[in-house]
Amino acid sequence: MSNDVDNSRRKFIAAGVAGTAGLVLAPGVTLLDMANARPAGEAASSTKRWGMLIDSTKCATGCNDCVTACGKENGVASTGRPETDPQWIRKIELKEVKSGKSHSLPMMCQHCAEPPCVDVCPTGASFKRADGIVLVDRHICIGCRYCMMACPYKARSFVHEEHDDQNPDVPRGKGCVESCTLCVHRIDKDLEPACVEACSAGNHGAMLFGDLNDANSEISKRIATYATTQVRADLALNTGVRYQGI
Amino acid sequence: MINPAKRRSVLGWLAAALSALLLAGVMPATAADEHGAHSGHKLIAKGDKCVRDEEYMRRNHMKILKHQRDDTMRKGIRTTQDSLKNCIECHVNPKTNSVASSKEDFCMGCHTYAAVKVDCFECHSSKPKAPAVGMNPIITPEQQSEGKDKQSSLSGKMRWQMQAKQASLNMGEGVK
Amino acid sequence: MNNDVFRKSKDGAFYFVLGVIGLVVLAGLGAAYYMEHHGHVVTGMTNQIVWGLPHVFAIFLIVAASGVLNVASIGSVFGKPMYKARGPLAGLLAIAMLAGGLMVLMLDLGRADRLIIAMTYLNLKSVFALNVFLYTVFFTVVALYLWTMMDRKMHAYSKYVGFAAFIWRLALTTGTGAIFGFLVARQAYGTALLAPMFIIMSFSFGLAVFMIVQAVMYRWNDRVLDEAIQHRMKNLLAVFVAAVLYFTVVYHMTNLYFAKQTDFERFILLDGGVYTNLFWFGQILLGTLAPLAILFHPDLSKRSSWIVMAAMLVILGGFAQLYVLLIGGQAFPLSIFPGMVESSSFFDGRIHTYSPSLPEFLLGIGGVAAAALITAIAVKVLPFMPEDKVHKVIAAD
Ligand code: SF4
Ligand code: SF4
Repeated sequence: MSNDVDNSRRKFIAAGVAGTAGLVLAPGVTLLDMANARPAGEAASSTKRWGMLIDSTKCATGCNDCVTACGKENGVASTGRPETDPQWIRKIELKEVKSGKSHSLPMMCQHCAEPPCVDVCPTGASFKRADGIVLVDRHICIGCRYCMMACPYKARSFVHEEHDDQNPDVPRGKGCVESCTLCVHRIDKDLEPACVEACSAGNHGAMLFGDLNDANSEISKRIATYATTQVRADLALNTGVRYQGI
Repeated sequence: MINPAKRRSVLGWLAAALSALLLAGVMPATAADEHGAHSGHKLIAKGDKCVRDEEYMRRNHMKILKHQRDDTMRKGIRTTQDSLKNCIECHVNPKTNSVASSKEDFCMGCHTYAAVKVDCFECHSSKPKAPAVGMNPIITPEQQSEGKDKQSSLSGKMRWQMQAKQASLNMGEGVK
Repeated sequence: MNNDVFRKSKDGAFYFVLGVIGLVVLAGLGAAYYMEHHGHVVTGMTNQIVWGLPHVFAIFLIVAASGVLNVASIGSVFGKPMYKARGPLAGLLAIAMLAGGLMVLMLDLGRADRLIIAMTYLNLKSVFALNVFLYTVFFTVVALYLWTMMDRKMHAYSKYVGFAAFIWRLALTTGTGAIFGFLVARQAYGTALLAPMFIIMSFSFGLAVFMIVQAVMYRWNDRVLDEAIQHRMKNLLAVFVAAVLYFTVVYHMTNLYFAKQTDFERFILLDGGVYTNLFWFGQILLGTLAPLAILFHPDLSKRSSWIVMAAMLVILGGFAQLYVLLIGGQAFPLSIFPGMVESSSFFDGRIHTYSPSLPEFLLGIGGVAAAALITAIAVKVLPFMPEDKVHKVIAAD
């Protein structure tokens, strides 16, 4: 590129930096460890594996804060047609058949390390990022829905109708399959997923986000200390989302 | 009864029809190439210069966008210069607050003329995100890396102050 | 001359039939456009029942396509002259039905406009992508096979290409079965039994389709199918139908054996409503027992119209079977937390409902019509009518 273009913009450097910084922090947001921040031009790496720990004992029946926050963040709204409406995250109420004990917990894409949805996808649209986040590349998704058939958690939804109210950070549209992205656009800006943020903001503290590869992260420590479970552990998918208390 | 000659002519006709269909599929693409740079359309842009040479952009913007799209999608590289969001920030039509909602808007001006379907806005928002005050969306790669260095060399305290300032500037904007 | 399939006097009738079939194809394409334009919200498919009626049609056509080739294989690979004479027609039907099935599958995609992507971006680990490969080679091999069978100069190679087609056909059906076999999470599907079951289903459906098409062609030309040939084919069909029944029994028995599957079996066999009815009345009674009774009846089994009737029932039963397997298998909710009762706003733990819509049906039947259209045109321009030298046939067999 020509140099004069560079020069003509030099004056904006400061503003640009400020803008980038401004994107990083909004009021009331918990920052992750800033020393680990990944610059915008650097690719996500497998040194990290993002995961989540959900404590169902702290998750209250009827509380829907995470679901609401997710919908707002990602522009996933109900159309009043529940059977075709996509759901990225949902609250499941459980009752143990034998003991009658009940649990309430959020269920979303478990960001499996061995994701069946990725294995079956004919085009490679369903893929796992180096840092363990499982995503759908809507540019090459053909909408065959094989991944929905393969996911053991019913985590994926097909977009059955047109939308024009997308969040600029979260593209989504008719004819493709989608699921929880772990708020990848926020993670890339060093923010926690919207659901986790909302859960903390509501003082429930049932959701913890962090790096499963880092033995010193809060999440790794908790997993090392307490009994945690992977849902459908029998399938050996090595899920990134873990549960406590079920 | 169909004799072999007649049979052959039927097959020949089928082949001709097929190739005509194929040709028809190729035609719009060539037409688009020729008229990509038509001059009747008024360009909308905030800055004085685009991220690349204008002539280059006319013919190659899709390649740049596609390259960036794969980098961002697959690797999480989120440099702003070549991002679609950056394009939209700069080329948004103030009247419609969009780049693709009407024929007057930046993308649709050429694309309707050339009859080339834009697939981007089936999923991407054609509207800019409420911009941060004082932020110019256009940053060159050099500036980008400079900016990055500066950012990472900031002490935690300074960073906080800047962010706080930014946050106050963005009051109620809900910047995520 | 043996290509006098549709005699001049019936030309008008032929074009009329062709027109009707063409209209059905058009209706199917229209339906696909409608679904594409509005999104799948206009269909009965939901986030619970993600594959619906179009997939039942598509899978039937694809499975039958590979099975119909069996007729040709018996001729070329196992050297039976009676089947050899039927080889070309079988090859044609295989190509036509595969094309029809793939058409439905492609047009149902959420982004059918991205066909190029489906063919250029391949995830080689995916069974689906594997199937794309299997289908493409299948087309080529069968086309070659047709050539060796119909061109005298190529006759010598017919046996080898026929063998290749035979092997490939088994691979293809295994692949189709594996599409489901890989869905470990779903109770109806995650079993290796599905692959052989699909192969035997393909034999049965394919032969049934072949017998109907053959009967139509003979009737149209006022010719009578030799009794010995008819007898042999109906016996073969009976064997296949019985084999499918056997596999069905084994499938459900193994499921019942595993405690975690008993709920699902209860659903299909006892209280699944439409699926239970389709299973017992559609698949078992109409699609298996009734045709078996006809095919073994001392009197009826000699009448060609009854045999065609039996073949039609087999096809009907086939659709019922695929509907139960595909839709019924999805209607039963995923067990995400085994041992617990689940409920949510996303229909967890509840039986999912599905009511197919008209566009879906039109798309599916459009695929069948497309297969019929290809067959009708090909039969008109090329010699596909089976020509038997009856006495030789009997002697050689
Ligand atoms: S939970 Fe489902 S969608 Fe998410 S990675 Fe695992 S299989 Fe894929
Ligand atoms: S629907 Fe899209 S992401 Fe899912 S398997 Fe098909 S192409 Fe892949």
